[in-house]
Amino acid sequence: MLRYALKRALSLAISLIVASVVIFLVIEVAPGDPASFMLGVNARPDTVAALRSELGLDVSKFERYINWITGMARGDFGTSYAYRSPVRDMIAERMWVSLPLAFYALTLSTLIAFPAGIYAASRRGGAGDTAVMAATQLGVAIPNFWFAMISVLIFAINLRWFSAGGFPGWDKGLWTGMKALTLPAVALALPQAAILARVMRSSLLDMLGEDFIRTARAKGLTRRQTLWRHALRNALIPVLTIIGLQFSFLLAGAIIIEQVFFLPGLGRLVFQSISARDLIVVESVVMLLVFAVITVNFIVDLAYAAVDPRLRART
Amino acid sequence: MSRNLTLGIALTSVFVLAAFVSFVFTPYNIEQLDIPAKLQPPSAQHWFGTDHFGRDILSMIMVGARTSIAVALLAVGIGMGLGIPLGLGAAALRGGWLDEVIMRGNDLVFAFPSLVIAILITAVFGAGAVNAIIAIGVFNIPVFARLTRGAALGLWSRDFVLAARVAGKSRARISLEHILPNIANLMIVQGTIQFSLGILAEAGLSYVGLGAQPPIPSWGRMLADAQTLVSIAPHLALFPGMAIILTVLGLNLMGDGLRDWLDPRLRILRT
Amino acid sequence: MTLLSVRNLGVRIHDKPILRDISFDLEAGQIVALTGESGSGKSMTALATMGLLPQGATTTGQLMLDGTDILQTPESGLCALRGDTVGMVFQEPMTALNPVQTIGAQVAETIRIHTKASRSEATRRARDMLNRVGLPEDRFPLSRYPHELSGGQRQRVVIAMAIALRPRLLIADEPTTALDVTTQAQILDLLRGLVDDFGMGLMMITHDLAVVADMADRIVVMQDGAVMEQAPTADLLTQMQHPYTRALFAASTHRPDMPPPERADDPILTVKDAVRDYPGPRRGLFARREFHRAVDGVSLTVNAGERIGLVGESGCGKSTLARAILGLEPLQGGSIAAFGHDIATLPPALRSGLQVVFQDPYSSFNPRHRVSRLITEPFHLLPRPPEGAARTQAIAEALVAVGMAPEDAGKYIHQFSGGQRQRIAIARALILKPDLIVFDEAVSALDVSVRAQVLDLLADLCRSHRLAYLFISHDLSVVRSVTDRVLVMKAGRIVEEGETEAVFTAPRHAYTRKLIAAAPVLPDLKQGKTA
Repeated sequence: MLRYALKRALSLAISLIVASVVIFLVIEVAPGDPASFMLGVNARPDTVAALRSELGLDVSKFERYINWITGMARGDFGTSYAYRSPVRDMIAERMWVSLPLAFYALTLSTLIAFPAGIYAASRRGGAGDTAVMAATQLGVAIPNFWFAMISVLIFAINLRWFSAGGFPGWDKGLWTGMKALTLPAVALALPQAAILARVMRSSLLDMLGEDFIRTARAKGLTRRQTLWRHALRNALIPVLTIIGLQFSFLLAGAIIIEQVFFLPGLGRLVFQSISARDLIVVESVVMLLVFAVITVNFIVDLAYAAVDPRLRART
Repeated sequence: MSRNLTLGIALTSVFVLAAFVSFVFTPYNIEQLDIPAKLQPPSAQHWFGTDHFGRDILSMIMVGARTSIAVALLAVGIGMGLGIPLGLGAAALRGGWLDEVIMRGNDLVFAFPSLVIAILITAVFGAGAVNAIIAIGVFNIPVFARLTRGAALGLWSRDFVLAARVAGKSRARISLEHILPNIANLMIVQGTIQFSLGILAEAGLSYVGLGAQPPIPSWGRMLADAQTLVSIAPHLALFPGMAIILTVLGLNLMGDGLRDWLDPRLRILRT
Repeated sequence: MTLLSVRNLGVRIHDKPILRDISFDLEAGQIVALTGESGSGKSMTALATMGLLPQGATTTGQLMLDGTDILQTPESGLCALRGDTVGMVFQEPMTALNPVQTIGAQVAETIRIHTKASRSEATRRARDMLNRVGLPEDRFPLSRYPHELSGGQRQRVVIAMAIALRPRLLIADEPTTALDVTTQAQILDLLRGLVDDFGMGLMMITHDLAVVADMADRIVVMQDGAVMEQAPTADLLTQMQHPYTRALFAASTHRPDMPPPERADDPILTVKDAVRDYPGPRRGLFARREFHRAVDGVSLTVNAGERIGLVGESGCGKSTLARAILGLEPLQGGSIAAFGHDIATLPPALRSGLQVVFQDPYSSFNPRHRVSRLITEPFHLLPRPPEGAARTQAIAEALVAVGMAPEDAGKYIHQFSGGQRQRIAIARALILKPDLIVFDEAVSALDVSVRAQVLDLLADLCRSHRLAYLFISHDLSVVRSVTDRVLVMKAGRIVEEGETEAVFTAPRHAYTRKLIAAAPVLPDLKQGKTA
């Protein structure tokens, strides 16, 4: 188990290094010099040079990469070109919206998908199964931002149950914060729940066709008992993979949903920074998102081992 | 043919047909603004109503179908064109360094939240349909590469491939002659699913202004334009939204239906 | 009272008749064997007795188990019977256990769902049962997972689960088919012992007539979903009434009429000290990788026209050796040369002299190609492959040589049965008129009657083609009937080599003796049951 964890950790570290190089290089080839952009076309060359040196742009690319990475490792994300304030503080503030939103959505998606998938699998071919499958077919097809717009129209503008957008901040209380994130979280969660429910169902059905299910039936277990006691835990392995992948989709999907609901999260920060050519912010946010996704996948890998004894034993 | 497949093909054909018809005919010219006729609800003249410039929504959806379908289709083309050869190569050289590089590269692309990178690409290289195609296509590559490799590995251990090796055929030739034809069904089904995901991704990118730029109409940007007006003119959001949903639904039904029709045991990736 | 009484059992699945008019009895303490070739309906009879028929099945007749008609019992009643009154053991031990539960939990589950036993009480009884089936506590604690056990050990766990509550009837569906002969002998002993100890009835489903003759008190011969003949074992073996029974027994002891060998002292294949390692797991993160040595210093020679057998149990490395000989696997030591040339760099002109027939007739052909393309695949080795009429002629010749029609060239492989496919595989191997063919378990997947035909074909080909071959199999009696010289392989090494008849009648190595002793043999039928 320890060796398995170490091996996964090593691969996590390599992924992070390669990802950081890719992000750095993509940002590097971006046209335009941040210093000239900030000072405008009429700036004197020596002023631009002074600013370049202040921003740490006057050293070689390799040095800049090393400075960026070591800075991030220490928690120093550099200084925003546009706002001249520490990037770390800007990100930290936005993170308190984006991360809770992603976890809220992931929780909702799991809570909807597990019962729906299990129910459909246990009623295979029946009316309940057909209904769940039709609902998921629709759920997969609906763009989350469109669903968000329509739910704003219904629940915020017409019914006035929720506000149409914006975020009051967590200092107004947990409940107020959660309420502001509810419509965005539902909009994010529904398509993901539809996919997850389908995976849960098909994975369970695969397991129900396995030999060991027949063995369990020969012991005298009912269909329902074999599903809960034997099929479910085996079926979780592919489901966990999808949950891990979904986290990245929820973080990314949040960027669009934040636009719909005017939420001050990482997504809006990225858009603002792009239009201001504040590339150091873009670079850091993207790196952070990749870090989050890779870490979640690492946790999923560990969760596999908890579910599957064969993995604990193997390399 | 199952009911799903029939329904899926019917839905998809409606939109593909609309896209083709829009080259020669649309009910109204969408380049002509008609401000006095703005924000009209659906009527006999304008079946789906008009937008804030008085343009006919039905005509815009027809022209927008071209953008959606072209972007998604080309993105699938990139994914298949690069992903399938990579997957075939990785499987043929199983355990070799090329296999290792391809698979680690795949994992890496999977680790990036796709939309974030799409945003990054369009941010750095500029917004536009071509960059949207590249951004979506890049994420189709590992999907096809991984699926191809998995299916191909299963075939490489089959006796008929061993027999071909005994007949002295090269790995490249076996990949083309024996492996590729036997994974074609799987690729067609997965291609349909990726097509539908491409439609959704294109809509998302245009919605945040990173897809096709004006004056080219796109479903995503129609929704973005509708956002501030949705409370007074809900039809602005309703019809483009339905266009996206029905196209994606049609493609998904077609994919599942094709799978059941060709070979129900095919394992497709859903993410 | 009769423990199990089947009367006029009929099963249809979606209106397709599967079983017709099956009747037989089984007493407590008795072993009844249901036997027949694939598709005879023997497994379906077992599933009907368990009340586990697939969905869409409709039944007629009566299936009285211990006074209860299984066919009239609702699902809840069946759940109470299964595991308690009747237990079942399946064919494939590798997949029959839940991979994520310990063996202790899986055995205890049978006890927990049928009795009010506490968790610790159920665990204790599970322990007793595992001890009884030969899995002692010191080596097989309850906390073991299935993947940590071998196939034979897993089958013991499945048996422990089935007999945990001492059911009155045990059904064993091909319980040893997936196992090696030595393991098979142990499992059969275990089953016999359990029948004696517990006074259980045992319904044994098997295609292996030697096992049937050895184990059963009574034999039921089935074909196409109906009973052809049934009688006490001794009677049936001495006086077979039904022609099908006679044909079945004749096929399973069939010895093809092999022409005398025409061997020359011309070594066409030489294997010298061949070593093949597979990378194993690393012990530590940075430790050196360990290797599993599948082939360990094997040497052998095949002369022109020589018919050589290679026998051994699964995992002994015989298939790996076959692949290495075909140049499909690299060696880590030693050398393999065909026609005096190293196998790795064998020029196409020489390679065409070496062909292969694999085990599985269902995976040996690309399903998307026609027979004409399938069997001409070796033409790739020719500098100028025949075209047009010459090609058609070559295809027709190869097909006719294996007993197929030239018209079959235009068909796809799914239009043929397993036995026909294996003929086509031989046609593919023959089309270049090779000097040496490797048969890798080539008849192991076939039913006995089909196998007998393919072996006859082999004898015919030896007469017409002056063929040398390397016949690899786990089946001792088949190897004995078609080879002149035999090699016995164990754990990557050749432990014995000699003239086939000499090795079988007077084996020198202890392992060979063990193999021969473990293989069940049909008694000599003409003189009646001798043992």
